[in-house]
Amino acid sequence: MDWHIIIAASVKIVVFVFLVTLPLVAMSVWAERRVSAAIQDRVGPNRVGPAGLLQAVADGIKFLLKEDFTPDHVRKGYFWLAPALVMVPALMTSAVLPFGSSLFGEKMVIADLDVGPLFVFAVASLSVYGIVLAGWASNSKYPFLGGVRSTSQMISYEISLGLSVVPLIMIYGELNLSSIVQYQAENGWALLPLWGEGLSVKGFLLTIPVLISFIVFMTSMFAETNRLPFDLPECETELVAGYHTEYSSMKFALFFLGEYAAMIIGSGLAVTLFLGGWSLPFGWLTPESADAAVPWWHGLIHIGTFFAKVIALILFFIVIRWTLPRFRYDQLMRLGWVFFFEIALFNVVLTALLMWWLA
Amino acid sequence: MTFLFYIFAALALVGGIGVVVNRNPVSAAFAMIVSFLGLAALFIQLDAYLVGVLQILVYAGAIMVLFIFIIMLLDVRVEENRRFPFFGALCTGGVAAAFAALLLVVLNRSEVGAATLPALAATEGPGSSDVHRIGELLFSQYWFPIQVVGILLLVATIGVVVLSKKELK
Amino acid sequence: MAIVVKRPKLKWWEQLYIPGIISGMRVTLGHFFKIVSGRKKVTMQYPEEKWDESLPEHYRGAPALVKDEQDRERCVACQLCEFICPPRAITIKPEEIPSDDKWAKVEKRPKAFDIDMIRCIYCGLCEEVCPEQAIYLRKDYAITGTSRAEMVHDKKKLYEIGGVRVGLVNKWNELK
Repeated sequence: MDWHIIIAASVKIVVFVFLVTLPLVAMSVWAERRVSAAIQDRVGPNRVGPAGLLQAVADGIKFLLKEDFTPDHVRKGYFWLAPALVMVPALMTSAVLPFGSSLFGEKMVIADLDVGPLFVFAVASLSVYGIVLAGWASNSKYPFLGGVRSTSQMISYEISLGLSVVPLIMIYGELNLSSIVQYQAENGWALLPLWGEGLSVKGFLLTIPVLISFIVFMTSMFAETNRLPFDLPECETELVAGYHTEYSSMKFALFFLGEYAAMIIGSGLAVTLFLGGWSLPFGWLTPESADAAVPWWHGLIHIGTFFAKVIALILFFIVIRWTLPRFRYDQLMRLGWVFFFEIALFNVVLTALLMWWLA
Repeated sequence: MTFLFYIFAALALVGGIGVVVNRNPVSAAFAMIVSFLGLAALFIQLDAYLVGVLQILVYAGAIMVLFIFIIMLLDVRVEENRRFPFFGALCTGGVAAAFAALLLVVLNRSEVGAATLPALAATEGPGSSDVHRIGELLFSQYWFPIQVVGILLLVATIGVVVLSKKELK
Repeated sequence: MAIVVKRPKLKWWEQLYIPGIISGMRVTLGHFFKIVSGRKKVTMQYPEEKWDESLPEHYRGAPALVKDEQDRERCVACQLCEFICPPRAITIKPEEIPSDDKWAKVEKRPKAFDIDMIRCIYCGLCEEVCPEQAIYLRKDYAITGTSRAEMVHDKKKLYEIGGVRVGLVNKWNELK
């Protein structure tokens, strides 16, 4: 291993994770507050900086300056470990997301693994431990109930989340996220096959399973990130604040930001798998191959496209949160096991049949 | 990158020791996860990405979550209060040490320990990722065992459903 | 009496839940765009926009003491307001007016008149009870201070807020 790779990887990690994703997390908190305010005919935070854009900074300072209180009855070590376990997996998953084609001959993905989606699911499935640990280590009833709920919810929806991606992998015949995006750039996005090979009977027929996949994937993503229609682990009306009831200051902030980081990475994965990642529609500015060099301004446009799509999806997440009421817990479990699991399984069979028939 | 191997091997071992030593079942379960993560990292170091990722996805991400879920709900306190079985620990340690010594001797003496594995097939070009190769192997050479395993799992699932239904009545 | 709530039978497309989500999003996004485009305005940006001109006539703000047209302090230190004040915010120290004063026949005036604005509940009873119409509730509502001592309005401050009020009580005016 030579130093070039290590330096390039470090620069990509620092820029993509710490200079883009983390500020994006802060900005999405701001966006959440402004959008929810607008939906509810209010104004929202608009005092700090232009249009309140620096509100996130103020919030961060507030979190840092608050008293970091550890209750006496908690299991200290685990109590301290839990918030980190929520934040770290969420950021780790960003390693395999291709956030651009290439810039100055350097591929814009931190680790070009051949098992991209699997890696994301594997690491994301570890984030449940942060919540479980928080619930258990807090040693009090509401956090414990929140932790238990979260565990069963995440196990249930992980299955449909994983199965919903299988049809796409069958269509692409590829597990490398960069190659998947390249395929979509050439042959039409999975949900919008309007150019290249996608512009055919096969392409249009295959959008049916892809659309089903997309719905199952997005819903499961909501459940996995504990977003509102499925935010049972921290449902205020029943559990005070759920698993983070006993947390304060920056430790609470880590839970809070971990949710948003997971949301951003989830949107990034959805964009990569279903909406063509960094590629522009109609094959504009498509590079020759996944490894081909492109002019630097193409690279910048591709990075911009990726983040524009991610931000659009985050706004979708936010609007959904302020539109739908919370599910009842048995409804949530029923939806996960009785509907989405079966639909996702059926979808795999449907895709296989369609591909066999159209081959 | 041998130092990475040592780090992750140590992680796996420390996790394993933690499972045995910890009195608290939840702590033991978490130590087991640490051990699995170290193991997964070792697989990934061997370029076996699929196996490594599946190790995390299936064992650390799904099975251990269920384990911890059950342990947390049961709230087992028997182990925590038990006195340290000194004689038992001594015996177990002795057996383990003897087994390790035996392994060392055998692997050092025999040709199995000295032999290096044959080099892997081409790792470049399309369709050469280990996912592709494992998939091809599973659905060509090993398709019959796969079907058998599938049926076994189906039977087990049905059995579980039947058993839990019976208990409800 | 028990009431049986009849659950509506959902059509198959309603059971899909997705049309429900879409119509829900139409409502929320409608509100969103109305607010964002500025077609609907519901909140006042307080320190920049103030509602002073739309305050009602009977608005009860900070209480203040007033002087009459001849620059005489109207308060005669009868202490009725001090007694009626429900939160006991008012403290008055009366003083005799020296005989060489122009208004010696009024006999009493407040030496100190403190209203603790942390206690004041703006009920207006002091204004109502005052026989001399010397205390009034003004329209000042932003009473702030950085310490408790600062929140106590003394006589000087009260006259500063109150100013002069003409008319009504003329019994001390020799010209009338």
